[in-house]
Amino acid sequence: MDRRRPSGQERNYLILDKFIERYRGRPGGLVRILFKAQELFGYLSPEVQTYVAEKTGLPASHIYGVATFYSRFITEPPGKYSIGVCTGTACYVKNAQAVLDRFQAALGVKEGETTPDGMFSLRTTRCVGACSLAPVVTVNDDMVGEVTPDKVADVIRRCREAEAEEETERVPERRRPERDERAAPPGP
Amino acid sequence: MYRSAADLNATKERLRPVLEERLQEGQLGRPTQVLVCTGVGCISAGSQEVLAALKRAIKDHGLDVTVTHTGCHGYCKMGPLVVVYPGGVFYRHVTPDEVPRLVQQHLVGGEPVQDLLYREPGRNPVLFARDVPFFRKQKRIVLANAGLINPENIDEYVAHDGYAALARVLAEYSPEEVIDVVTRSGLRGRGGAGFLTGKKWAFARAAEAHPKYIVCNADEGDPGAFMDRAILEGDPHAVLEGMLIAGYAVGASEGWIYVRAEYPLAVRRLEIAVRQARQAGLLGKNILGSKFDFDIDLCLGAGAFVCGEETALLRSAMGERGEPRPRPPYPAEAGLYGKPTIINNVETLANIPLILRRGWEWFAGIGTERSKGTKIFSIAGQINNTGLIEVPMGTSMRTIVYDIGGGVPAGRRLKAVQTGGPSGGCVPADLLDVPIDYESLADLGTIMGSGGLIVLDETNCMVDITKFYLTFAGEESCGQCTPCRVGIHRMVEILERITSGRAQEEDLRELEDLAHDVRETSLCGLGQTAPNVVLSTLRYFRSEYLAHIRDRRCPAGVCKPLLH
Ligand SMILES: Cc1cc2nc3c(=O)[nH]c(=O)nc-3n(C[C@H](O)[C@H](O)[C@H](O)COP(=O)(O)O)c2cc1C
Ligand code: FES
Repeated sequence: MDRRRPSGQERNYLILDKFIERYRGRPGGLVRILFKAQELFGYLSPEVQTYVAEKTGLPASHIYGVATFYSRFITEPPGKYSIGVCTGTACYVKNAQAVLDRFQAALGVKEGETTPDGMFSLRTTRCVGACSLAPVVTVNDDMVGEVTPDKVADVIRRCREAEAEEETERVPERRRPERDERAAPPGP
Repeated sequence: MYRSAADLNATKERLRPVLEERLQEGQLGRPTQVLVCTGVGCISAGSQEVLAALKRAIKDHGLDVTVTHTGCHGYCKMGPLVVVYPGGVFYRHVTPDEVPRLVQQHLVGGEPVQDLLYREPGRNPVLFARDVPFFRKQKRIVLANAGLINPENIDEYVAHDGYAALARVLAEYSPEEVIDVVTRSGLRGRGGAGFLTGKKWAFARAAEAHPKYIVCNADEGDPGAFMDRAILEGDPHAVLEGMLIAGYAVGASEGWIYVRAEYPLAVRRLEIAVRQARQAGLLGKNILGSKFDFDIDLCLGAGAFVCGEETALLRSAMGERGEPRPRPPYPAEAGLYGKPTIINNVETLANIPLILRRGWEWFAGIGTERSKGTKIFSIAGQINNTGLIEVPMGTSMRTIVYDIGGGVPAGRRLKAVQTGGPSGGCVPADLLDVPIDYESLADLGTIMGSGGLIVLDETNCMVDITKFYLTFAGEESCGQCTPCRVGIHRMVEILERITSGRAQEEDLRELEDLAHDVRETSLCGLGQTAPNVVLSTLRYFRSEYLAHIRDRRCPAGVCKPLLH
């Protein structure tokens, strides 16, 4: 899949530079920088980690240590639709395990993996704070409540429909803005 | 700009009619305001679409009705929620398709739409929010604004007495007097340990080093608890005001909110609140014409339970791995960058403006002898009305589970209520009448924690739940100290054996011994409290353990290897 073009990539680094300048050395600065990097590039690849190390002046081992300590950081490329099954307590007692099992079977991947076509990745998340709607599943930034095992197929179908819609909307000559660019703040 | 208390009053005067209408429930009249809940639960049920549809329909009809979005009412199960004023007519499960009817019939015609109202099986529909059983037994003071004001509009907060406590403090109180009021109120930390807030502030006030810092702990690590999230999303300025007052009291001019990234909406609302407070001059230099300077910034947590522990949180905020360190020194002496730092929980801080506005006597008049005020609980698991509630300290678990929570679904039997998350234990069904406060829960072998209640019924296996919590604690252990790293792992192994039918009775003794060892010798609160769940379930549900061991049977039918 053609996910990142050089121009988009360069822009992302420029945005990241500004962010690093603003947050370097402040409380929580590194974590915020890494979040921004993850938002821009989708995940924290070794290259991105090295870049952050150079720009912040922190040792690469330190960046790696922080990136791997926290469960919200991902160091592998995610799928286009990142499905998260909440395994917090409220969801667990409402049988989140069965929901996870159903997703694994339906997508043919295990927790922490991505489908070969790069479309879906499956992971477990910590409590997302919507415990009254347990079991809860997140699809990228959206939250879906009361996802019992028999609603799993529905969640997957809706992703595929969104994908098909995007396919038909895509105008061949005009480049569709990439997700990162849409999320980027307006330029100077 | 708010340059003085008079400016705050001017806004209050201007918006008073709008706010007062929302406060007077129970009288129908020509509809003038519609409030739509945009808490996380309602959003995931489609409240943004309902909001848009309402705005459109009201415009199409040319009605003089305002539409406002609010934070969470706590009754997420019923979302999307829509409330119409005057009166407070309470609609639940409103979909965009129902909007035209709601507008036509109620907003234009003045007739409430009966089938969108709350209704108990076999009873008449309930018209007003205040009469819905879920709300009737609550005492919402910290959550008063959640569901009532637009959290993205500072003026609405101001109109509802927001920043009035700060104005009074800056004009009339010395820092020592503020600390005195907070101490006398009896407010104890809502983040878990229940330490007296005023006392903590006094330590930081007395510390010599400068600068000092105020940190708001918004990491909300207990999986299954979401009260802090509701406050941050529904009434963010209350937290900012609490931090400002804390800053004035201890002599700090910088505050940080450590908020978990799993809560993107809370992060966004906080960012908006901080920006608006800065623009209004309520953060920055010479606040409200005084000599007090204070600013607040955010710091994102990235998903590690242990980072909720205060020393780990500080390390994480300083850009390191969030690993705890032994105390003392306590953060009040040596915290952020080694300087005196107050760390308070979100709910603790949200209580502060109330106490300073309404007086410590008022606050101390609520609750039990040693636990004052209210407590917010999230109720989840096997219960009909999952959601968020606020009750006076000393309310019994039975009131919470049955009167407010509506009992266990499908007529199943309640088994226990787990409290305090991974650091807590459980209250068995036959002890539900105990009034809940810090002390009574400790006597029962559990803790208040942050207020997450997980209701368990006969379909939940207590051994399996224990294994779940310990596995979580083991995964979240930072691994620095041996008792926690190795001890928890060993306990999980024993529980594995029990739930798969490979255990002997001696294993129970070893489990119990290990639990005591880990509790006594771990470095930080994570390891010290993780064994609680083991000891608590062994105390109340030993027979269930024995059924797994002796009869190779899981009474709840959960443990797969034991299902024949
Ligand atoms: C493992 C562990 C996790 C904790 N998680 C939280 C948390 O998520 N939120 C919180 O406010 N306090 C948490 N605490 C308690 C904090 O260390 C600290 O006591 C609290 O933030 C102090 O604020 P308070 O006095 O207002 O309660 C945790 C403690 C431990 C040992
Ligand atoms: S436990 Fe799943 S959302 Fe809280």
